[in-house]
This record gives sequence, structure tokens and C-alpha cells, in this order.
Amino acid sequence: MRRREFLIIPAAAVGGTLLHLIARKSAHVDAQSGNVKVPLRFFTAEEARTVAAACERIFPRDASGPGATDAAVVIYIDRQLAGPYGRDKYRYTKPPFVASVPEHGYQGRENPRQIYRAGIRELGAFADLPVDAQVQKLASIERTSFFELLREHTIEGMFCDPMHGGNANLVGWRLIGYPGPQMSYRDHVDQHYGRAFRPKITSLQQLVGRAAPAWEDEAE
Amino acid sequence: MTTLKPVDVVIIGGGFTGLAMAKELTARTSLSVLVLERGPLRTATDYAASMDDIDYSVRFRMMQSTADETITHRHSVRDAAVPVRQYGSFLPGSGVGGAGEHWSGHSYRFTPEFFTLRSHLAQRFGASRLPDALAVQDWGVTYDDLEPHYWRAEQMLGVAGKAGNLGGKTVDGGNPFEGPRAHEFPLPPLKLTYLSSLFSEGTRKLGWHPFPIPSALPSQAYTNPDGISRPPCLYCGFCNGYGCMAGAKAQPSNTILPVLERRRGFELRTASWVRRILHRSGRVQGVRYVDPKGGEVVQPATTVVLASWTLNNTRLLFLSGVGTPYDAATGRGTLGRNLTHQVRGGTRVFFDRPLNGFMGGGACGVRIADLDGDRALTGSDGIVRFGAIQVLTQGDRPIATFGTMPRGSVKSNWGSEWKAAAMRWYDHSAAIDFVGEHVAWRQNFMDLDPTYTDKFGDPLLRFTLDWTEHEHSQRRLADARTREIARAMGAQAEDIPATRGRYNVTSYQSTHIQGGAIIGTSPEWSVVNPYLQHWDLPDLWVIGASAFPQNPSPNPTLTALALTTWSADALIGKYLKAPGKLV
Repeated sequence: MRRREFLIIPAAAVGGTLLHLIARKSAHVDAQSGNVKVPLRFFTAEEARTVAAACERIFPRDASGPGATDAAVVIYIDRQLAGPYGRDKYRYTKPPFVASVPEHGYQGRENPRQIYRAGIRELGAFADLPVDAQVQKLASIERTSFFELLREHTIEGMFCDPMHGGNANLVGWRLIGYPGPQMSYRDHVDQHYGRAFRPKITSLQQLVGRAAPAWEDEAE
Repeated sequence: MTTLKPVDVVIIGGGFTGLAMAKELTARTSLSVLVLERGPLRTATDYAASMDDIDYSVRFRMMQSTADETITHRHSVRDAAVPVRQYGSFLPGSGVGGAGEHWSGHSYRFTPEFFTLRSHLAQRFGASRLPDALAVQDWGVTYDDLEPHYWRAEQMLGVAGKAGNLGGKTVDGGNPFEGPRAHEFPLPPLKLTYLSSLFSEGTRKLGWHPFPIPSALPSQAYTNPDGISRPPCLYCGFCNGYGCMAGAKAQPSNTILPVLERRRGFELRTASWVRRILHRSGRVQGVRYVDPKGGEVVQPATTVVLASWTLNNTRLLFLSGVGTPYDAATGRGTLGRNLTHQVRGGTRVFFDRPLNGFMGGGACGVRIADLDGDRALTGSDGIVRFGAIQVLTQGDRPIATFGTMPRGSVKSNWGSEWKAAAMRWYDHSAAIDFVGEHVAWRQNFMDLDPTYTDKFGDPLLRFTLDWTEHEHSQRRLADARTREIARAMGAQAEDIPATRGRYNVTSYQSTHIQGGAIIGTSPEWSVVNPYLQHWDLPDLWVIGASAFPQNPSPNPTLTALALTTWSADALIGKYLKAPGKLV
């Protein structure tokens, strides 16, 4: 049984609806500090801090809008790694593992969990580095499988449905005006030619009125 | 091992072709018909909760699990094959409905000359000028044979479109190059997205003939001849890769299964994984499968219909020792030959105005066939067949599209500068697709892998497949054509030249893998006769796109369905009356 690990987020940084969405259950708002404790499923608190810092460099909060920390991308990644994807439940993992040409894609034995654990070790005390040094460090590992995954997962965590833990408070979708799932565009699909049509943004849960079963919640 | 009570017909695979065959058999005979499907049954309620990019588009929740079974691939017989560990250049479905649940709904007919391609090319270019390695064949069934079956399939699905050739008369607004239709489409075309309107205007300016993609997403509420009603498409954009949350898109689960559920004699068993077709002395005896509890059972049957898609059709024939494996070195044998995929190419284009690309559906798009087949070739192009060009608005979602920008916009693909540029170009880009015909080559084939196995320990299917100079030339020509169209649409085209890369198992082409158990007029070069009856085992019928000897530009599903009822007519009308070889 792993020790309970939490990600601490300042409640002030997040909206009221978010608390429920990203914490699901057992979120605790500390009355004195005003912090939210989100239980982690895979990362240790220290690992989560490192990954969150790296994601923020990939998709930073800046003049153009919110970034990976605002969207709680690290929570998304934590849940993906804890679920079937993280342990390669649905990937073909029979040996022999042999190196092949790039046209055959990733042929390695390591699953995403193992790639992350090794990558995080490589990043060291990343979260405590100054921003410039963080950027340099990431640039130095740009061609690794770990960085490729981290970059993909950061984009996924920015723009996923909030049911997966990322895109907290729909900040990712708001940033670009993506409306999320909608029942019908029948009256709109041949209208608005050349002009941005930006309907009210909804999550899947808001749309169907109930929580959808996320794949990462599937029992082992 | 348990032996179950015998049935008359076992159908392996509960997808479009398997269920369509069951529908014919249960309507026109009193036989007991059992469909064995290895995946689950999903309902419309499941689909409403599945409008989720991560689980379905990113992690492929509806697709076959590669952990259960995958294929291996090598570029040539000189290379070692490795497994496709994750998808992928194609996305096989699993569960009742198969890939027909997550498909895009493109519902084309193939053009008449495609069914006699060998003879056609010999006439067009001269038999002696065709490459030696070209393995294209005549089918032994013609467009005219299939026309009424196409019409039946179009009515069943409720295909929305515009005829371009009614009884030999060209009609404005449709595809003037299609084969003659006896009827206008059951429904008018889908609505036109902004991108489609730009493509239509642009290609018309160039003197070409844009037409709406024939769609199994109904443009209006529709009731088919079986009495099955479906609502119109809502253009929600969660279409290919998804089951339809509105029940609008024609899927086996909402179009055929409701009919079958009322039929006496029909039974569906899910989570039932067929491992072998059993046969002795030239007669089928039944199948052996793994039941939902993991037990091996024997299901005796008089007739077996193999309807489990190209890959599993071919693989089960190999595993069951039915037919003669193809030998690429000598050209002898037939099982596994004529493996084809699809030649994709084209260019990405960028607009200065937003496209609202999140609204759409799998078959929302416009195509031109002016250059399709060989009709625009001069004889000195270095190719014998080309393909079609199209745009689609299938429902863009940001995980896939965010970061698409003109080449060289920024140096890095992460960080602030990248983020700002990605936001600038978000919803401002689209693809002009080349959907190329993949002609069959003697060196592309399937057999069993000597090393890798599935979850039961059975050998995986092995692909030997690579692009040739022909496909590179198709892409190069497509690159030039799509750039002309981009300019005519007022767009900026991507300045990346057409790839000459080798076949890549990681980049999606289409799920139109074909061949392996091809149709033909002689057992010397085909696995099934023109009725889809196996040449060696007359009580085994092998249906689906495994029968296609070469891969056209149009999508295969409607032809797979038309060929199924064509086959059913022979099975029911001739074979059951006098069981034996029909040819």
C-alpha cells in the first residue's frame, strides 16, 4: 500500500467548481492556509512538483494566457499513469523487444510509468531551478522519449475534458475558444462562414448531466 | 472441451458484413444463424457518455486492443518483422458492429472499370507496358451485377448524396465520373461546412467537378426499407473514432441489429473469440472458440461465414490450414496475396480566417474525382492509377490540432513563443487530402509471423508491405495538384514536399486494409470465387474487403455491403438448394 501523497494547490488560484472536479472526493481545504490537498494516484508529492514545473515550461502562463499549472496538467498526467495506459495494459508487450526502424514506432519494453520515473530522476531538483535553467535543462533532453511523452501529455492535459483531471475550470478550452462537446451544430454548421463561432463552453458532465466513466478509473 | 449443440450457420464476426449476411439468411430461410463476436455489445447510452477526446481519439478505447492481438510488419522479405505495438496506420474496431461503429460513413460505389482493372489497364496502356510486379486482377463480378446491391445498401444506410450519373445521363452537382445509377440517393447531401464551400468554389474555378461525399450520416430523419428510423446528423464532430451519440450515423448496432433481434433463428454471442475453423475432407465442421469464461468450446455448424475483417479473415484461414499460402518468390499460392492499404498525401493549408472546424462529421466534405483512376493520365506520368482529392470537416479537437502552424513559424515546439503561434493558427488550418488508389504489387502480402503470438499463443499475422516508386509518384503528382487547389481556395499551402518515406505503421492512412482472401475467376490466383465461396471448402464463405484484389480511392464499406448481399443471393438461392461448388 503506497503512502498517501497529495498535491497542494492554493484554493485562491482555482474556482469553486474546480475543487470538486479535480479532487473528485477527499479534497480538503485547509481553513488556515486556504490550500487544497488533491490526492495523488501515482506520483509522490515531490515527483508531482517536478513534473508540474516541467509542464509549466512547455506550456507557460504568460501574456497570452494561462498555462499548465492553471490547468492542473500534472493531475491529468498522474491519473493517466495510474490507469491502464500508464502500465501498458492495452499495448502489445510481448518479447522479444528488438530495435527497429523509426517507421515501426516505439518498440521499447518500458511502460509510461517507467519512462516517467527515469525521466524525473534525470531532471533532479528541477522545480528549484531558476526559469532560464529549467528551459536549458528541458532543451537538453528534447529528443528523449520522456520529453516527447511529457510534451504530448501537457497538451492533452491542457485541452482534455476536465473529467480527466486537466483543463481545470476549462481554462484550456477558454484560452482558444474550443466549445467542448455539444449536442448539435445542426443550425450552425453552414453558417458563420469565415467568422469565429464560439458557443458557450461545456464539459461532458455538464452536457450529459452525469459523470462519464473515465478509462483511467478502470479497476486493475 | 465442450461440444455445443449444432447450428446451421456460424458467422464469425458481428460487424457490418457479418450482421448483413445474418439479416439475409434469417429473412429468407428458416436456418439457425449464430454470430460469434469477440468484443462487447455497446449501446447508444454508452455512446452519449463517450464524447471524449482522450479516451477515444487519443487512447483508442473503441479499437481492438493490441495486447490481445496485433500484426507484425516488415518492409520486405529481407527484413525482420516487428510487432505493431500500438496503433497506428489503421484502427481495427472491436465489439458488435466492428469498425462500422466508429467509421466515418463515407458510402461510395466503386467505378465500373475497377471491377475489371486488369483487363482495363491492359487495354488502356497495353498489356506489355504494365509493370511485371503489378498484381491487380479482375473480380469476376461487375459493376452491373452489383448495381442493385449498391442500391439496397444505400437504402439500408440512408445514404445522403447527389447522383452525378443517372442511367447514363450526367447530372449537375454529383460526381459525373461515377458509374450509372438507377436511382437518385435516398437523401439529399449533408450541409456544406465553410471549408467545403471554399474547396467547392476553388475547384470549380479550376474547371473541376466537386461533389458532396456520399454519407451514411443522414441529412434528414430517415426510415429504411426494414422500418428502422434514425434521426438526422447533428454535426457534433464526435464521429470517426466514436459511436454516434444521437444514433444518426448508420452503424450495424442501430441499423441491422434491431432487425435481427426480432428474428427467430438468430443468436448473437459476444466475448466469443474464434480460434479455428474446423474442417475435414473438404467439408466444414464448425468452429472452435474461447467463450466468455475462457473455456474452449466446439460449435458444430453446416456452413461457416467468415466475416471478421481483412486481417482476421486472412489470419483465421492461415491458422485453420485452409487454402494454399501465397509464395511471393514464385507467385504461386493465393492465401495472403494482394495486400493493399491506401496512398494518402496532399498538403496542409492555412487560412487567415477561422474555419469553426469543430463542427462537422465523418463524411462532411467535398471531393473531386476528375483525376481519379487513370482518366487524367497521359501514359508518361510513371503511374497507372491516381486517386481523388478532398477536404473533410470531421470535427477538429485541440489535442490533435493545437500547434499546427506554417513550417518555420517558430523555432521550438514548446514554450511561450510556440504557444503564442499555436494560438494564432488555432482553427485556421485544414488538410487538402489526396486519397490515392493503392494498386496491388506481387511483393506485398500477408502470412503468419514465425516469432510473435497473440494472447492465446497463436501466431500473429505478418505484413510484408512497402511503398513503391508508383506510390511516391502518385504523392508527388498529388502534391502539385493540391497546391493548385490551395491557391484557388485563397489559402497558403504548406511548403513541405510530398514524402518519399517508407511505409510507417505509426501514421494513420485509413482503416482500408484489403486483400488476403481475394475474389477471382480461378483458384490459381484467387481464394474465393466470384460469389465469395471458398474455392477449396464450398461450405465456407469469406466476405468483406479481404476479397478486394486492389484498393481504390473510394472507401470500401458500401462495396463490402453490396458484395455481401450479392454473395447472400448465391448462398441462399443456389448453394443451399444444392450444396456444392457454385463455380
